[in-house]
Parts: sequence; C-alpha cells; structure tokens
Amino acid sequence: MENLIALLVGAPLLGAAVLLCGGRRLDKAGHWLGTLLAAVSFGIGVALFADMLGRGAEDRTLYQHLFSWVSVGSFQADFAFRLDQLSMTFVLLISGVGTLIHVYSIGYMEHDERRRRFFGYLNLFVAAMLLLVLADNYLLLYFGWEGVGLASYLLIGFWQHKPSAATAAKKAFLVNRVGDIGLSIAIMLMFTTFGTFAFGPVLANADKASEGTLTAIGLMLLLAACGKSAQVPLQSWLGDAMEGPTPVSALIHAATMVTAGVYLIVRSGAIFNAAPDAQLVVTVVGAVTLLFGAIVGCAKDDIKKALAGSTMSQIGYMVLAAGLGPVGYVFAIMHLVTHGFFKAGLFLGAGSVMHGMNDEVDMRKYGGLRRYMPVTFVTFGLGYLAIIGFPGLSGFFSKDKIIEAAFAKGGTEGWILGGAALLGAGITAFYMTRVMLLTFFGEKRWQPAPDADQVPSAEPAAEHRAGRMPHPHESPKSMTIPMIVLAFGSVFAGAFFGLGDRFLNWLEPVTGYEHGNPPVGALTVTLSTMVVLAVGVAIAWSMYGRKPVPVVAPRGSFLTRAARRDLFQDDFNHVVLVRGGEHLTRSLVYVDHSLVDGVVNGTAASVGGLSGRLRKLQNGYARSYAVSMFGGTVVLIAATLLMRAV
Amino acid sequence: MNPVNYLYLAALLFTIGAAGVLIRRNAIVLFMCVELMLNACNLAFVAFSRMHGNLDGQIIAFFTMVVAAAEVVVGLAIIVSLFRTRHSASVDDASLMKL
Amino acid sequence: MTFPLLTVTAAVPAVGAVLTAAVPAKQRTAAKWLALLFSLATLALAVLVAVRFEPGGARYQLTESHAWIADFGVRYELGVDGIGVALIALTALLIPFVIGAGWNDADPLETNSSRWRPTQGFFALILMVEAMVVISFEATDVFLFYIFFEAMLIPMYFLIGGFGDRAHAGSDENAAAQRSYAAVKFLLYNLVGGLIMLAAVIGLYVVAGNFSLQEIAAARAAGTLDMATNTERLLFLGFFFAFAVKAPLWPLHTWLPNAMGEATAPVAVLITAVVDKVGTFAMLRFCLGLFPEASKWATPVILVLALISIVYGALLAVGQRDIKRLVAYASISHFGFIILGIFAMTSQGQSGATLYMVNHGISTAALMLVAGFLISRRGSRLIADYGGVQKVAPVLAGTFLIGGLATLSLPGLAPFVSEFLVLVGTFARYPVLGAIATIGIVLAALYTLVLYQRTMTGPVKEEVRTLPDLRPRELLVVAPLIALLIGLGVYPKVLTDIVNPAVQHTLSDVKKTDPKPEVAVEAKNGEAVK
Repeated sequence: MENLIALLVGAPLLGAAVLLCGGRRLDKAGHWLGTLLAAVSFGIGVALFADMLGRGAEDRTLYQHLFSWVSVGSFQADFAFRLDQLSMTFVLLISGVGTLIHVYSIGYMEHDERRRRFFGYLNLFVAAMLLLVLADNYLLLYFGWEGVGLASYLLIGFWQHKPSAATAAKKAFLVNRVGDIGLSIAIMLMFTTFGTFAFGPVLANADKASEGTLTAIGLMLLLAACGKSAQVPLQSWLGDAMEGPTPVSALIHAATMVTAGVYLIVRSGAIFNAAPDAQLVVTVVGAVTLLFGAIVGCAKDDIKKALAGSTMSQIGYMVLAAGLGPVGYVFAIMHLVTHGFFKAGLFLGAGSVMHGMNDEVDMRKYGGLRRYMPVTFVTFGLGYLAIIGFPGLSGFFSKDKIIEAAFAKGGTEGWILGGAALLGAGITAFYMTRVMLLTFFGEKRWQPAPDADQVPSAEPAAEHRAGRMPHPHESPKSMTIPMIVLAFGSVFAGAFFGLGDRFLNWLEPVTGYEHGNPPVGALTVTLSTMVVLAVGVAIAWSMYGRKPVPVVAPRGSFLTRAARRDLFQDDFNHVVLVRGGEHLTRSLVYVDHSLVDGVVNGTAASVGGLSGRLRKLQNGYARSYAVSMFGGTVVLIAATLLMRAV
Repeated sequence: MNPVNYLYLAALLFTIGAAGVLIRRNAIVLFMCVELMLNACNLAFVAFSRMHGNLDGQIIAFFTMVVAAAEVVVGLAIIVSLFRTRHSASVDDASLMKL
Repeated sequence: MTFPLLTVTAAVPAVGAVLTAAVPAKQRTAAKWLALLFSLATLALAVLVAVRFEPGGARYQLTESHAWIADFGVRYELGVDGIGVALIALTALLIPFVIGAGWNDADPLETNSSRWRPTQGFFALILMVEAMVVISFEATDVFLFYIFFEAMLIPMYFLIGGFGDRAHAGSDENAAAQRSYAAVKFLLYNLVGGLIMLAAVIGLYVVAGNFSLQEIAAARAAGTLDMATNTERLLFLGFFFAFAVKAPLWPLHTWLPNAMGEATAPVAVLITAVVDKVGTFAMLRFCLGLFPEASKWATPVILVLALISIVYGALLAVGQRDIKRLVAYASISHFGFIILGIFAMTSQGQSGATLYMVNHGISTAALMLVAGFLISRRGSRLIADYGGVQKVAPVLAGTFLIGGLATLSLPGLAPFVSEFLVLVGTFARYPVLGAIATIGIVLAALYTLVLYQRTMTGPVKEEVRTLPDLRPRELLVVAPLIALLIGLGVYPKVLTDIVNPAVQHTLSDVKKTDPKPEVAVEAKNGEAVK
C-alpha cells in the first residue's frame, strides 16, 4: 500500500504540469482533467484510509522512501513520505474538500478565458499541500510549505490585470516569507542540535536537548505558523488575499493552507511539550488572534473579508488549543477539520451570492436574498449555525472542547485564556449573525453594477454587465452540489467525531492525549458558552435585524473604524516597513553611487589628474629636455660618486 | 707641461658648451656648442691617453670625430630644411610634436 | 600517452573562435551556426569529462603535465576535481544558450557594411571567453591560471564595449559613451586586481620556488614549506583581492551593474554566470589550498563583507529602476551567499557554495535572457516602461516568473538547495551570521516580486500591447534552462555526488571538520526506511 502514497501527490502534480504546459488546445477539457486528477488523489486517499483502518492502532504508520534528495556530509534530506493518522486526516480533508472545490470552480469560472490555467494552479496547490502534510522531514515539509505559498501567490493574483490583486498576491508571499525565515532557522537549529531534521529521530529525542534550544526551535516554528496561518503579528495578508477568486478563498484561505501552521505545531508536539515557554507564547498568540480576527470580522462590510476575519479567529482557536499541549492537540485538529467543512461551505455560499449579484461583495448592498437563492441560503445557514457552535452541529463539539481545555490550563493563565475563548465565541455569534442578516434577510438594497471603466474589473465579464441591476438567481448544479455536501459535513461531522471520542481514539497514538481538569465543570462551560452565544446573536439581531440597514456604512465608533482598518496593522506596516524601506533603499542607492562608486571613480580621477600634471612637462622645447637630461646626468654622477665615497 | 691642465681646459670647454646648449635658441649656435662639448671630450680623451700611456683614448677620439662629422651632416641638413619652411632658426619654434 | 581530454576541451572553443572569426563578411549565418556547433562540441567534451571523472577517486583527475618555462618552474599542468568538473560543465552548458539568445544581437545595422564583421567577431569573442574560462577551471599551475585569468579580460572588454544593448534610453552617442565607460571600468577594475595578484604570484614563487598548486599545497600540508605568518597573509590578500573584484564582493562590486547594464543580455549572462565564477572558484581552490592559515585568519572579515554583500545587494536591487541593473545587484547578493558558504568552512557551506555557483549560473541565465527578450521587444530597460505584459505575452511572463522564482530560491528549483546548504553550513558554525543571512531570503522575494508585478501585471500599457510572445528560437533557449532548474532542484544528487569529495579535500586543506550536533541521535532515519 505504501507505494500509493507518492501517487497522492503525483496525480495533481501531473495535472498541474499538463495543464500549465499544455497550451490552448487543452482549454476545452482542462477543467475536467484537473477535477479528475484531484478526485483520483481523493480516491487513493480513501483506499489508503480503508487500509489503515484495517490495521491496529500501533502499526498504522506507513513510510515511503523515494530517493535521497540533498545529501552533504551529515546533512541528509530524503524524499520520503510518512502517512500516519494525522497526515491521513489532512489527506482526506485536502483531497476531499479540494475535489469539491474543483467541481464548484467548473461552474464558477465558466466565463473566465483562463480557466485552464486556474485549474492548473489549483492542482499545483493540492499537490504542494499534500506534500506538506505527507513529508517525513522538515526540509521536505518546507518544500511543500513554500509550494503552497507559490500556489497561493498565483491564485490570489489570478486576476493580475487588477493592480490590487497583484499587490495582494505579492503581500501574501512576502509576509509568508517572513514566516519562512522561522521555519528555515528552526530546521537549522534542529540540524545543529540533533544532526538531523527527520521527524522520527528529532521528535523521539526532543527531550534530550536543552530547554533553551527547544524554546528557540519552538518560537521559530511558531513564527512560521504565524506567517502561514495568518496569526498576529503576521496576519495582515489574509484580508487582502480575498482578492483571489472565491473558490481559492474557500480552499486555500479557509479550509486547508492557512491551517498548515496548526499542523506544524501539532506535528512538532514533542518539541513544544518540552518547551513550556514556547507553548505559553503559542497560546497567547492564539488567544490574541482569535479576538483580533473576531473584532475585525465584526466591522467588515465586504462579505469575504468578514469571513476572512472569521477564519483568522477560528485558526486562533486551533493555535490556542495546539499551544495547550497534549490536552489540546486532538481538539485543535478536530476543530480544523470541522472548520474545513463549514468555512469552505460558507465561502462557497458567499461565492454563490456574488455570482448571482454581479460580483458585488458589499453586504450592505445585499439583503433579502433568501427567497432568490434557496439552496445557497440553506447551506450557508447550516454553515452559520455550525460556526457559531449551535448545539448538535459540528462547531459545537469542537469549539466547546477547546474552551474547556483552555480553562483546564489552570491558574490565572487558564482563566484568561478560557475567558478569551469564551468571549471569542460570543463575538463569533455576533458577526456571523450580522453576515447572515445582512445577506439573506431584511429588504433588498441592491445597486446597479458600477461602470467597467470606473473600477478595474474583477473579471473580463464585468465589462458586459456594467450599469445593470443584479438579477439574483440560484447557481448551477456544479456549484450547489459541493455546497450541499459541505453543509452535510458541517452538520454531522462534529457529532460523528465527538460522540464516543472517535476522533480522540483515532489521533491519540500520534499526538498523545491527557485529560485536563477544568476548574469548573464541563457542563458549566457548555452552558456559559450557550449564554454568550445567545447574547451575541441577540445583539446582532437588535442592530441589524430589527431596523433597516443603511446602504452606505455609517461612520461608526472609533473601535468600528479601527476594526475596519484591521486595527491599524496595515497603517503601521505602511509607515514603518514600506516607507522606511523605501527611504533605506533610496539612500543606499545614493550611497552606492556617490560613496562606494565615488571612491572608485575618485581614484580613477586622481590618477588622471596626476598624469595631466605630468604631461605638462612635455612642453616641446628642446632646451627644457636638454636641461632635464643634464640634470639627470648630474644626479646620476653625483649618486655614483657618493656611493663610491661611502 | 702638466697634462692635468688639459683636463681643466676640457672641463671649461665642456661647461661653456653645455651652458650654450641650455641657454641659446639659435639652432646654429646650439650646434656649435654641441661640437664644443664633443671636442672637450676629445681633448679629455687625448689627455687621459697621454697620462695613462696607452692609445685607447686617442682611438676613441677619432671615433668621436667621425660621429661628430656624421652628426653635423645630418643636423645641418635638418636645420637648413627647417629654416626653409619656417624662416627661422630658433629651436623654440619647432615644438609641434608636443601634445 | 593518454588522450589530453582537458586540453582538447579548452582548445575546441579556441579553434572555433579562430574559425568563426575567419568566416567571410557576407556569410553571417554560417558564422552563427559554426559558433553554435563548436559550443555544442565543447559541451559534449565537458560531458565526457564529467563521465570520465570518478567521484571517489584521486583528488585531481585527468591530469596533464608538461614543462613549459623551465627557468621559472612554470609548467603546463591541468587537472580537475569535482568542483572544477561542475563548473566546466556549467560553462560548456551555458555558452550554447548564450549564443542562441544572442543570435541576432550582433547583426550589423546597415546590411551593406561589408568591411567590418561584427557578427563573426561577436561569436568568436564568446568562444574565446569560453576557452579561457575552461582552462582557468582546469589549471593547477598558479602561473598558468593567472595568465588566463587575466587574458579573459581582453575578449570581455570588446564584448562589453563593442556590442552594447540597443535598447538604450539616451541618444546613440550617449549610449556609446556609457558603454565605453562601463567597458573601461570593467577592464581597469579587474586589471588592478590582477596586478596585485601578479605581485602575489611572484611573491609565491620567491617563497615556494615553483608554481604548482599540488606541490605547494602538499608541502604546506606536510609542513615542509614554512611561510612566515605575515608573508602568508600578504600573499593571501593579494590573491583574494583579485578574486573579490572578479566575484564581486562588496565594496568592490561597482563595476558589475555598469557592465551588466550596458552589455547585451547574453554578454551580461556571460559576465555574471560564467566569468565571475572564476573568482569564487579560485577562492576555493587557490586561497584555501595555498594559504590555509591566512584564510582562517581573514575569515571573520570576509564573512562580514559577504553578509554585507547579501543584504546590501538585495536592498539596492529593490531600489533599481533598470531591469538589468536589478539583476546585477541581485547577483551581488547571491555572490555574497557563495562567499559566505566558502568561508563558513563546513562541508554543507562549501558544497552549497559550489552548487550555488552552478545554480546561480543557470537561474540568472534564465532570468536575464528572458529579460533580454523582453527588452529587445520594447526597446527599453526601464521597469516603469512595462506593465501588463502577462496579458499579451503569457509564455514570456511565465518563463520570466520561473526565472524570478529561481532567483528567490523557491524550493523545487535548483537554487533553493544550494542556498539552504549555504545557510545551514554557516549556521552550524556561526549561528548569528546564518540567522542574519536569512534576511536575504525575504529581500530576494521582495525585489523579484516587485519586478514581476511592475512589468508583468496590472493594466496593459499602450506601448506593450503589440509585443509578440516568445518565438520558437527563444523558447528553445529558455525551456532547457527551466527544465534544468527543476531537475537539479528535485534531484541535486547528480551534482552533490561529484562535489562532496572535492569539498572534503578542501576542508582537509584548511584542517577543519564539521561541528558536531548537540545531541547524539542514534539510528538516524531509522524509521524512514522500513
């Protein structure tokens, strides 16, 4: 069976290669090929899963060694895969959700002349993401890590004739690169500490290294996770990344790629377990981000950006859980999977709405859509109930466990972290209800589409429908079916995983587990979560459900304005990094030209000047030459005599 | 007579010739001064020959005369042709080769 | 007597140069094909060298040795180690692409100018450079190396000064003036370095009594040849200065942006991908081999300079407005990495540096040649004159992007492997320096993506609207380079297997071993192979 692992990566990679190199003649069939290969990958994943279930918990891990990749002295990196329960979970999530989103994109990208290329990029992403989770050493993981970064760059900037999309793509790549520094330094530290960076030996020997080293490795891994998973302080790229087509936002920037940071932390659990200081920082980052994202999500009027804030916040939950150690690893992954279902569903729903509304993204210009788009409404609604943690749905099971585990951390820290998680649940309920109300309820606030020349068009099709009123309609089957499947997952996955500790028993052999004891009973936690949730929903209803919503956003309080600007993070970046960097490079260009090169040219000029002076001696008068000859002779004779005298 | 006196005379003649070469501008005069220096050398050679009692110096003096004669032939030809084109025998006028 | 393979490998392009130069003025196309043929023949010979070379065998293989100037102990000695093999292969590999890319660059502007033969000259000079570079990689006699190290300036000078980029912003006269300025600066700068090296070469002869690298290195290692500490240091500095100019290392770099900016794109590739490599190669072979103690003495300063090069070059690349100058500054940053790897004195660092030389050659060639195609279409080198090219010429944009991604060392492409090895090798001995060097990774992404964004994306500019996409000849030049980038990125073992033993020899020259890990891990990769 283990020989199939490479095929998981190979199938979509083949698709990417064929679609990107194939040229125009594949335009007709390209999207079918891409979808097929993603589905092949999913099929292999399911086969491997069935095989894995057939074996006992102890020998479920499969290895496949392809070839030695980089080998210099003791630096040995192999092209080797590891398929254990943790990576299996991810394989199914990535290839499953990935295939659904391929199907969805067939309809969504129907009118785009570059659809073949889009599917090529999507396949590239799936291949890189699978490589990331299947790698058996950190360097190969880094390969996948940057590979998904590249795919994300290409897909965010897919409509690259739009300057904002190109800028957003560049920003995402750059911010991720800052995180990548963390991953590369972590690998170097592992190499100098353990002499290897393969998962097996490093994780097995993690406790033998000094705590300082482990803390350093842990913090560097956290930096990497922050970049990829849009955690504070490297979160600024995710909102802009919504410039990409909506299926991309659903697959990459909600369900899979942005959760890679959580995977990294859980995978490196052994290192974090031995470095409590690093763990504390992880939990703090998670808690801060979950509030940060939630607050930002409350203020955004752009439906995708509101969902992006929500993604950030939900990943904050996962990071928080991962930082809690063995108590939280399983629940971090469980929330990751359920989040993959409902967030992908929500994004696809948002895409469906935009598809029907002339690509309008401002929720203030929606309203009353539930009657026009019933399927979208129902699936989106189920996703909504799942994300806020409505009892019985997916989010309820996974989020509740995380809040519980946060309280179980104990002491003041436990109260603070648990409180933050609880508060976050309330805010989640608020902003998601707001999204729901603005989009599907209330009266119609539709506006005619702007003229194509006023805004840089998002799609080529935008030119045709300028100035027309939207005619909301249900999306084609290729789009609604994936939404229905995902809604199904959002409803039942949590119960399936949570009841009877199925998910716990499945993952426990890889991640380890210990039961935490919260200072308050589990039932109290659940009940208080329900209360907070109800309060959030109620506030949202009183603000957006009871009274009509203005089409133009009111100025709002300082907090609202700050949240709309992502709490001034971008302004900070702009002033300090962008402007500062510009000044630095400009002054360096000046220095290089006038100082460094100036010295060189100055030397040349002074040699030239000296020879100019010497040239004056050649004045053409025979007498002066005679004088110099005479003088020279005299000096020579004098010198000879002098030498003889001495 | 003490041969050393001839050397004094040779040195004096050489100095006069050298000073003339350095100071005067007229090509003919310069030429004569050069001849004066050459002849001062000849005188010194002959004097040394006498002092040391061998003939080497006298032989070299003959060589010098031959070279001087050849030099006069070529040099006068150049001066004459310069004078024809520039109507001047001043060496300062012939500074066209400088940069 | 065995077949003198190394001599032949260097002689074939030289013969090609002479023959190409002799082609009659009217037969320009014949001259091009002749040059291409000879460059391909050289490539075949270089492959033969690589095949005949046994990685586990003696340090220098395929050696040739003949008396030359007996009075001064100068011998004609050739031999290659793994590093030399890799670089000869790189050189032989790139020249056909340089010729292919510059196919029409040297056509005379007026077709009836029959007396001057620029096309023949252009290709002959390129082959001449190839011959000299190849023999520099082969020479194991210091004097022999020095001669060709210097002599390659002559054809390079004519290539830069005589065949400028036609896409120049200013008037023709202005262009000619800048070009000749760049060529003279290149020549003088490198001559100064060469003269200082000449003094050191003579000094070495005075101390050692001969010029043979192997003999001197062996005597140094055995302790039979003592050098006073100061003598060794001075000689080292003399050699190093010349190599640092050629490499180029900050602050001796300012000739490179001028030369690369004014030369045509293929010649710019020739400068940075081929000729400059002689400098870094010579640091590895001559500086470390001849003066191990002095090398260790100078290491801290050199490492700091290399680090400055990395960051400084990258920052300046961000600030450039001219595409070719941007690539030049990026190269300065990359040369910083190479020198950092060499003087980190670990096996990862030095293997990485050698791989870096090869990979940087390929990646810069890919990026620069595509940039050259772009520039020749639009007739401008300024980034601001482009925009939206992706829409009108997607293949060109795609290849440009891949070249750029290679420049920023994306995993999966060859430069990643070498850059990571250099970083890890540096980090193992100097953690702080290694960590600072990672800034270069971010800055590389910045200048590459900014360049791509400004030229290729956004609304299509009016002047760009009619640009044709890559022509078949151009695609034929770029596609193999890209295939190589991917191939060497996924399977770099073909190179590391050849290079590793040579690096071990170099490390034993300077008597250094890799640092040991903090925790001894038993059963390495025990789980991975089951």
